[in-house]
Amino acid sequence: MSLLDIKNMTVEFPTRRGVFTAVRDVSLSVNPGEILGVVGESGAGKSTIGNAVIGLLEPPGRLAGGEIYLKGKRIDDLDEDELRSIRGNRIGMIFQDPLTSLDPLQTIEQQLMETIQLHLKLDDDAARANAVGLLDRVGIPDPEVRIKQYPHQFSGGMRQRVVIALALCANPEVVIADEPTTALDVSIQAQILELMRELCRERSVGMILITHDMGVIADVTDRVAVMYRSRLVEEGPTEKILGNPDHPYTKSLISAVPRPDVRLARFPVVEYIESAGDRRDSIDIATHWLGAGRGEKAPDGTMLRIEDLQVRFLTRFSFFKKHRLYVDAVDHVSFDIRQGEVFGLVGESGSGKSTIARAIAGLYKPKGGHIHFAGADLTAVKSEAEMDRYRRQLQMIFQDPYSSLNPRMKVMDIVAEPIRFHGLAAGGAETRRIVLDLLEHVGLGAEAARKYPHEFSGGQRQRISIARALATRPRFLICDEPTSALDVSIQAQILNLLKDLQAELGLTMLFISHDLPVIRQMCDRVGVMRHGKLVEVAETETLFQSPQHPYTRHLLDLMPKLEVLSHEAIAGLEVAD
Amino acid sequence: MITYIARRMLQALVVMAAVSFISFSLFNYVGDPVDNMVGQEATLEDRAYIRQVLGLEDPFYVQYGRFLQNAVQGKFGISYRTKRSVTEMIVERLPATLELVFVSALIALGLGIPLGVYTGINRSSWISKAVLTVSLVGVSLPTFIIGIGLIYIFAVHLGVLPSSGRSGTVDLGGWRTSFLTVDGWRSIILPALTLSLFQVTMILRLVRAEMLEIMRTDFIKFARARGLPERKVNYSHALKNTLVPVITIIGLNIGGLIAFSLITETVFQWPGTGLMFIQAVDFVDVPIMAAYLCFVALIFVTINLVVDILYFVIDPRLRAEGGH
Repeated sequence: MSLLDIKNMTVEFPTRRGVFTAVRDVSLSVNPGEILGVVGESGAGKSTIGNAVIGLLEPPGRLAGGEIYLKGKRIDDLDEDELRSIRGNRIGMIFQDPLTSLDPLQTIEQQLMETIQLHLKLDDDAARANAVGLLDRVGIPDPEVRIKQYPHQFSGGMRQRVVIALALCANPEVVIADEPTTALDVSIQAQILELMRELCRERSVGMILITHDMGVIADVTDRVAVMYRSRLVEEGPTEKILGNPDHPYTKSLISAVPRPDVRLARFPVVEYIESAGDRRDSIDIATHWLGAGRGEKAPDGTMLRIEDLQVRFLTRFSFFKKHRLYVDAVDHVSFDIRQGEVFGLVGESGSGKSTIARAIAGLYKPKGGHIHFAGADLTAVKSEAEMDRYRRQLQMIFQDPYSSLNPRMKVMDIVAEPIRFHGLAAGGAETRRIVLDLLEHVGLGAEAARKYPHEFSGGQRQRISIARALATRPRFLICDEPTSALDVSIQAQILNLLKDLQAELGLTMLFISHDLPVIRQMCDRVGVMRHGKLVEVAETETLFQSPQHPYTRHLLDLMPKLEVLSHEAIAGLEVAD
Repeated sequence: MITYIARRMLQALVVMAAVSFISFSLFNYVGDPVDNMVGQEATLEDRAYIRQVLGLEDPFYVQYGRFLQNAVQGKFGISYRTKRSVTEMIVERLPATLELVFVSALIALGLGIPLGVYTGINRSSWISKAVLTVSLVGVSLPTFIIGIGLIYIFAVHLGVLPSSGRSGTVDLGGWRTSFLTVDGWRSIILPALTLSLFQVTMILRLVRAEMLEIMRTDFIKFARARGLPERKVNYSHALKNTLVPVITIIGLNIGGLIAFSLITETVFQWPGTGLMFIQAVDFVDVPIMAAYLCFVALIFVTINLVVDILYFVIDPRLRAEGGH
C-alpha cells in the first residue's frame, strides 16, 4: 500500500462553452521518502492534480471521478472540516512564488506558530521552540532573530525556505510542491532542491513535485509521470523515462530541452504541440523590404562597443547628497559586439544584465561610460531626431509576452506603429502589406493582423513582439530573456525563429538569459555578469569547455547536467560546428 | 519613522500655508471689507480712519504676516454679523459637529466593514446580492432626500424621533454633549444615519472589492493549504491586508464628513459648524468663512497625518528604513 494513491482521477471545470476536463483518468501513487515528479507543459493539468488532492480546486472545478487514498483511507469524499484537518497537518503544500506565498503583514513567527498550534496543539513556548528548530533545519541563519521578521525582510530563496518550513511544520506525510523553484535563480534552485530531497529522506515524506523543468526532474525525482493535455501519457523511474521514453510525446518533449552538453544547429521541435507554423518562406535580404535602407556597414566590423559603462540607481533619497544610497547596477562594464554576431549575457537575477540592455536601448541614462553604436557615440547624441535614427536600427524584445503588447490595440496596429512612427512606408496600403508580410515571416499568418493580443498564446505573442521589432528594419536586436516565460516546446520554436531571422537578415544580437543551455545553443560569444560586473567574456564553446573565472565554473556546476536524457531523441540532428 | 513623520508634517505645513493664503485673499478681494463693516452713511473720513486702524493701507505682505500671526494664535477676528469672536463661535459649535460625525462614522464602519467582508467572501449568496442592490440606493439618493425621507417616516409618520434640533445636551466644562441623555441620543440618530448612509455604501463596496482581490492571492491559498480555519483566513489574513487602501479612503471621508456635514446640518437644523458656515455665506460674513476654511484644512491635514502613521503601524514593509 502506498502513502498516497490517486485512482482514476478526473477533474472538470464547467464553463459557459461546455465542460472542460483538466485532468482525465489519472492514476498516481507516492511512497514514503520518494519524490514523484509530474512534468508537462502549461495547461497539461499538473497543478490541478495537486489542488484536487487537498480539496482546494478553484471553483467551479470539481472532482468528477476517481478516488484518493491517504494511507489506505479514502479522503476525496471527506467534508470540509475533515479535509481541513488533513491540509497542512498530513498533506503539506509548497507553491511556486515565495514572494507571494506569505502574508506580508505578519511575522514569520506568527505564521509558523498559528500553523503549529493549530495542528500540534502545543503551548506557546513549545511551538516557538519547534518553529525556531524548523527554521534552523531549513537553513535560515540566526533563526531566533529572523523569526521575528516580516516576509519582505527575506530574499526569495530564504522565503522559499520559510515556505518549506511552513509546509513541514506539522510533520505531514505527503508534500505537494507546485513548481517550487521556478521563480528562483539557478544557484538558489540547486540549494532548495537539495534541501527538499534531504527532508524527504530524513522524514520519510512522500513528495509530489510538479514542474515543467526537465532539469529539476532529472536532479531530484525518483519517478516521473508525464502529463499531456490532461492525460497521463507515461510513468516510470526517472532514468527510464528521461533516457528511454516510450511515448512519442515524451520523446519529442525531451528532444526540445536545450542541451547543456552539445550545440545543435537547430532545436528539434515538439511535433505534438499544435505548431504555430515552423514552415515559413526564407527572406532574401537582397530583394526583400527588410533588406532595404538598413544603414551603412559598421566601421571595423564592430556593431556595438560598450566602454566603461556605469548605471546607478538611487535606493534611498535624502535632501543631503551624502546620505543618499545608491546601487551600482552596472559597474564599469566594457565589451564589443561584432557585426552579425550573437552575443550572450548570462548571470543571476540582479546581476545587471537587463540594465545593460535597457541602457543600450536608451531606457536608462548611464552615469558614466560610452555606448558606441555603428561607430557613433549614443551617449553623446543630443537631439531627439538624431536619436530616433539610432532607435530605428536598434530594437528590443522583452521577456514577458503578456505585458509587452498593448491589449487595446489590434496586432495590425501594434506591428504598424513603429513603421508609421519612423515613416518607413509610403502610405497606408504599403504599411498594411509590410505588416502582413512580417506576420507571415514570423509564422503567424496574415489573419493574425485582425486580432487582439489576448487571442494568442504566449509563444504566439512573442512572435508578434518579434514582428514588431523587425518592423523598423533594425540591424541590432536586443532579446531580454525572450523565452523564459515559455514552455520548452514553444521555446524551441521561438529560438529557431530567432536563429533563422538572424541568419537571413544578418542581424547582430544581444541575447540575455539566465539559462546556460539556451545560451550555448544561441550565442557565438558570451559575457558572464555578477553583481554589476562583467567577470568573463569568451567564445561560447571555449567558455563551456574551459571556463576561466571561478564564478563561471560555479554557474556551470549548478547547471542541471541532464546526462540521463535520451540521446536517441537528438540522434540524426545536425550538430553545429 | 521620525524622518517620515517629519516629512509628512512639512508637507502639511505647506498645505496649511496655501490654505491660509486663500482665506486671507477672501478678506481682501471678496468685496471691500470696510464696505461690509460700516453703514451707507459713513463718511469718507470714517472709512479712511477704519482703514488706518485695521491696517488695510499696509503693503500686502505685512497684512498677510499679521493674518498668519493671528491665525496661528487662533484669532480670526470678529464676525460681521454677530460681532462676536469667530474662534469662540467655532469652538462653541464644534462639539455638535464632532459628535454627529463620530456617531455617523461609527455607523459607517460598523455596518460597512462587516457587510463588505461578508459580501466579499460569499460573493454569490442571495444576501450579498440583496445588500449590494440596497446599497446602490444608498449612493444614488442625495443626502437631503434621505434626510427628508427619514424625517417623514420617523418624525412625522411614526412620531418616535424628533425632526430637528439638538436637545438634551449636558455641559461638560465647555463641551456640550448629547451622549448623556436619552433625548440627546434621540435627536442625534436621524442626522447621523443620514450622514452615514453614503459612507456605509462606499466602505462596503471598497472593502468588498479589496477582499475579492486579496482572496485570489497566493498567501490566502497557502493559508488554506496549511489547514487554517476559514475565520482565521478571512479575518486575520485577508481583512488585515485590505486595510491599507480602506484606511486611506476612510480617513479622507471622515474629513469630508466634518467639512461637508452642512447639508445634513441644514436639513436637521443641527447647530454645528456646517450650519454656521451656511448662515455666514448668506450674510457674506467673511471672517467666519475664512476661519472655517482654515479649520477644515487643518482637519484634513491632521487626519491625513494620522492615516500616514496608521500605514506605518499596519504595514511592516513601510517600516523598513530605506525600504524598497
